[in-house]
Amino acid sequence: MVQPNLIMLVLAAIFVNNYILSQFLGICPFLGVSKKVETAAGMGAAVIFVMSLASAVTYFVYNLVLVPLDIKYLYNIAFILVIAALVQLVEMFLKKSSPALYQALGVYLPLITTNCAVLGVAVVNMQRNYTFLASVLNGFGGAVGFALAIILFAGIRERIEFNNIPKAFLGFPIALVAATLMSIAFLGFQGLITL
Amino acid sequence: MDINSILFPVLSIGGLGLVFGAGLGYAGKVFAVEEDPRIGEVTDCLPGANCGGCGYPGCGGLAAAIVAGTAPVNACPVGGAKSALAVSEVMGVVAEEKEREVAFVKCHGTCDVSASKYTYAGIDDCGMASQLAGGGAKGCSFGCLGLGSCVKACAFDAIHIENGVAVVDDEKCVSCGKCAKACPKDLIIMVPASKNTRVACNSKDAGKVVMSNCSVGCISCKICEKNCKFDAIHVIDNIAVIDYTKCKDCGVCAMKCPKNVIENPKIKAMKEKKAAEAAEAAKNAPKETEETKTEE
Repeated sequence: MVQPNLIMLVLAAIFVNNYILSQFLGICPFLGVSKKVETAAGMGAAVIFVMSLASAVTYFVYNLVLVPLDIKYLYNIAFILVIAALVQLVEMFLKKSSPALYQALGVYLPLITTNCAVLGVAVVNMQRNYTFLASVLNGFGGAVGFALAIILFAGIRERIEFNNIPKAFLGFPIALVAATLMSIAFLGFQGLITL
Repeated sequence: MDINSILFPVLSIGGLGLVFGAGLGYAGKVFAVEEDPRIGEVTDCLPGANCGGCGYPGCGGLAAAIVAGTAPVNACPVGGAKSALAVSEVMGVVAEEKEREVAFVKCHGTCDVSASKYTYAGIDDCGMASQLAGGGAKGCSFGCLGLGSCVKACAFDAIHIENGVAVVDDEKCVSCGKCAKACPKDLIIMVPASKNTRVACNSKDAGKVVMSNCSVGCISCKICEKNCKFDAIHVIDNIAVIDYTKCKDCGVCAMKCPKNVIENPKIKAMKEKKAAEAAEAAKNAPKETEETKTEE
């Protein structure tokens, strides 16, 4: 088991190894739900919630089921199963217990099932052989990085709407250009923290 | 080959699936919440591409917003008028009880009848142009600038610039009101589709100013007001305004209007016919006199 400096771990997950901007994971919701800052913030919050929880649960599934039975190669299937079930459970639970929170982020929850950043963080935790605490914090940091990227991006896209964009670039093309520029900006963090 | 290498994965992953499935099934009952059935119906009406083009997370998200009333029924740009119609049917009451409305541009000041202050060579955007000196290049500061911000706002191809003024295609208009919001001059209003009598001017200038700017502007002469039997048209702030709750669509105001500002297809046809007849008569009259002259 490896447990790096936890503060550094979180910071690295947010800025240096940002799941969207430097690892290219979770692009689908990044482009799909980034038209308004409000909805982007909802998505970000939902991802933070699910990603932290998924990191914790996949840690147990991996170390208590897959490792003892020596079927580690099935981690992909097992993790997807866990994430899908978890998202469903969280959605039901929130719907019943906290309609306000469900209203705020509930509609983004089902989309997270297909968010590869969630699976990505579970796989990274496994590959780096992190401890439980490090796994959860890595998941949390990664999700905060996701939220940061999507909210900033939504802000940019809201402003893009007001610009006179050439017809060929309208819609997704200009969004992708903006995402690229943002990604290059985040490249500045590269090498800042090495774990 | 060790049978365990097959058995263990099958049993463990199957077991996990079973545990999660049972857990979810149980949780589904424990946390059951009654949902508005309309959300499902509205979702069925939408294209189901989950593209996020509307700004909501997938079609389900938009459906919930529509049912909650926070999104308009035609918020889906992909489904267009077809899905908007289906959705409005599900949402029912609103679309049925309310009379169909269409957008109407309160200006007929086309290039040939209205003056312009200067030549505008900026970006094709009414909002931008209306910020400039005099509220845009048009002589009348209340008139349509014709740069097509409403055309861009319309997702249904129902509004077009014709000869420098926006014109709504009543057949295509779905009364979403997006053009009305897009117009910086607040020129576009929603009017009942069944009422054909409409005041096609927005100018709040005094009659004399209107006369110098535009030959089809309301000069607030109040002839329409005096002639209306139903007390449905009034000149407010130098412009005739029709109260559609009282208007019977008789067209008397359109008939009497000296500037032909009040639009009514029937009256227009009648006036045109009269004008044509008069022109015909004028054409024939000199001939007759010439003939009589030659006879003499």
